[in-house]
Amino acid sequence: MEVQTLLKTSKHTAVKLSGAEAVIKTLINEGVEKIFGYPGGAIMPIYDAIYDYLDVVTHYLPRHEQGAIHAAEAYAKISGKTGVVFATSGPGATNLITGLANAMVDSTPLVCITGQVSSQLLGYDAFQETDVVGVSMPVTKWNYQVTSADEIMEVISKAFYIASTGRPGPVLIDITKDAQMSKTDYLYQKVSRVAAYYPYPKIEDEQVKKAAILINQAQRPLILAGQGVKLSRAEELLVKLSEKANIPVAATLWGLTAFPSSHSNYVGMLGMHGNYAPNILTNEADLIIAIGMRFDDRVTGKTSEYAKSAKIIHIEIDKSEIDKIIRTDVAVVGDAREVLSKLIPLVENKQHEHWLEQFKELRKTECDQVIREAINPQTPGLKMAEIIHRISEKTKGEAVVIADVGQHQMMTARYFKFKYHNHFITSGGLGTMGFGLPASFGASVASPDKPVVLFVGDGGFQMTIQELATIANNRANVKIVVLNNNFLGMVRQWQQLFNQKRYSFTTMQNPDFTKIAGAYGLKANKLLKRENIDEILNEMFANDEPYFLEVEIEKEENVFPMVPPNESVSNMLLKADY
Amino acid sequence: MSEPKNYTLLVVTENNIGLLNHISIVFTRRKQNILSLTASESKIKGIYTFTIVVKAVKDLVTKIARQIEKIIGVHKVFVYTDEEIVYQEIALYKMSRNFKNNGFNLEKIIREQHARILSIEEDYILIEKTGHKDETEELLRILEPHGLLQFIRSGRVAIAKPMKPLEEHLQELDNQYNY
Ligand SMILES: Cc1ncc(C[n+]2csc(CCOP(=O)(O)OP(=O)(O)O)c2C)c(N)n1
Repeated sequence: MEVQTLLKTSKHTAVKLSGAEAVIKTLINEGVEKIFGYPGGAIMPIYDAIYDYLDVVTHYLPRHEQGAIHAAEAYAKISGKTGVVFATSGPGATNLITGLANAMVDSTPLVCITGQVSSQLLGYDAFQETDVVGVSMPVTKWNYQVTSADEIMEVISKAFYIASTGRPGPVLIDITKDAQMSKTDYLYQKVSRVAAYYPYPKIEDEQVKKAAILINQAQRPLILAGQGVKLSRAEELLVKLSEKANIPVAATLWGLTAFPSSHSNYVGMLGMHGNYAPNILTNEADLIIAIGMRFDDRVTGKTSEYAKSAKIIHIEIDKSEIDKIIRTDVAVVGDAREVLSKLIPLVENKQHEHWLEQFKELRKTECDQVIREAINPQTPGLKMAEIIHRISEKTKGEAVVIADVGQHQMMTARYFKFKYHNHFITSGGLGTMGFGLPASFGASVASPDKPVVLFVGDGGFQMTIQELATIANNRANVKIVVLNNNFLGMVRQWQQLFNQKRYSFTTMQNPDFTKIAGAYGLKANKLLKRENIDEILNEMFANDEPYFLEVEIEKEENVFPMVPPNESVSNMLLKADY
Repeated sequence: MSEPKNYTLLVVTENNIGLLNHISIVFTRRKQNILSLTASESKIKGIYTFTIVVKAVKDLVTKIARQIEKIIGVHKVFVYTDEEIVYQEIALYKMSRNFKNNGFNLEKIIREQHARILSIEEDYILIEKTGHKDETEELLRILEPHGLLQFIRSGRVAIAKPMKPLEEHLQELDNQYNY
């Protein structure tokens, strides 16, 4: 049906199309509206073809292919659609690798289309020829090289199916230049099944029953919510489960916003720089219910001492995650929403008041010893947490928030009060510095009605600083907040704590960032003093224009609490014993 | 922790380009050496089987198998110990025709070793023996001092002892998933 209408309204009536045009048409048939890409020799036919379709699709030109893919990642996360990236062969394609690895580990659906030298040149070290399929294999969910125009429709549709189903991930399709240029009969059929690919396991009812029995017996159960809850849109069911059996819920970094942070059963973030209560009490729990998460080592700390007194239920769509890091007692393989809808009726109403009380007490400890001072410092220098807290108050959860990687990222995760699903994007599993700025642009494309706030360090900002141009050109409503400590802060913190303050190559001599942002045409300002916070934030959110703010923060601030590397989560420190 | 031992993985796949590369990445990522690898089409057209032998602890082999199963194009991975399969390797021996004859009776050895002569040429004899590694190794030791020119052994091929046919496994797999 869709194919028919498209063909009729097409500016080209011939059913024989060039491979390049077939690419664009297939993308449109797959529902693509936004593309992030960068042209070059081997992908020029596709760029020529898209020129006729700019009323149907919008193409954005970041200033580096890495920028394109990170923008597409954030776009995908927020829109719930598959992000699409174009790049040319050789260096264009290799510039995507970091983003592919990032999307792979953070389960982000992407379809990346790379141009390739003509098929008769493959293997001859032609100009800008790189074995992109070989290079990207470990960091893609699937990849494929197209050498004939006739393959294009099916392969691209298959790419979307694979990228977006099951546990989502990035797919790369490498298309030779001759395949783009030769003609094919345009025949599009949506792919809805792929041989030897099993994205949706049927849930074993026996396992659900076993899980319910463990939940009904538990005295001190704890739910760990991961991104899988959001990906399967199981947020409401999670609230139901938590309320019915009165179970506290902690979230991973990517699980933030899976459970309302204002809910009385919410006990905070897990992990190395997460909250005190859920980390300490992981080792007191008698049952861990892990939903759509993968026990990353930043969450578990030392695995041999992790949750030792607990039975483990693991609800996860990716079978290879079961028993990978933590041995489970009951594994339920399947989509989180489906599993929860089967599980909830089997779970009894319960009260765990005393257990929940323990979380509140430790929460209070953390408040007294860390949080209060962090958001309302009594010392003169500006602190990361206070800026983040003030912006959180100012935007009341209505902004989309992006954090780059480092101390400011953990501070953002800790101190920003998120209100909505998918309003926080960061590089989780890979910890990719430089993700933030291009991601903030992609977020703004996906969510043009809301301001996007980016928190980024002076280090990470300079890794993809060129994307200021993309933001400026598109007048994207991005509020860039550089928390400048003139250090690679997170590494410096480790050097201070574990390397006797030997600050090896972590200091940064920076230019005047406001001048750079100004030169790109952004309104730019510098925040130096506490008394100016209100005034500057008012200016920042006064309109829908991009805004650049450099905040001079205290140089040697540390993120606490902290689970020291390779230690048990129950050894979480509230402060350093320097 | 269990001891490392030999495991045979039967990997049932589609005939997709790049699968071998993808499968071997799973081993190299965990720094595991593949001891032997053979690939062939199964009795079902278009369905292939890789027979992979690896020496490792059980836990690791299970994790490797799950990672391989995750690859698009792989239907299923079966993991077997040596006791659970019938397996064979084939070895070829090229002997010079002017071997040192002092008491060496090639015909008798071939008979006793259940080997056979594939061809006799002007200046060499080609011998074949099928069996487990220790068996083909034994013949190698015997022939070595008497003018062995070349020796080569294939990877393992294996058939599982359990009776279920492949079609049934694939059907079961189909029933375990929604689309
Ligand atoms: C691409 C990349 N290179 C190196 C690192 C290692 N690393 C992690 S955090 C960090 C420091 C980040 O410094 P900055 O961006 O200034 O943020 P801060 O920690 O000061 O908030 C570094 C170097 C990384 N995560 N990513």
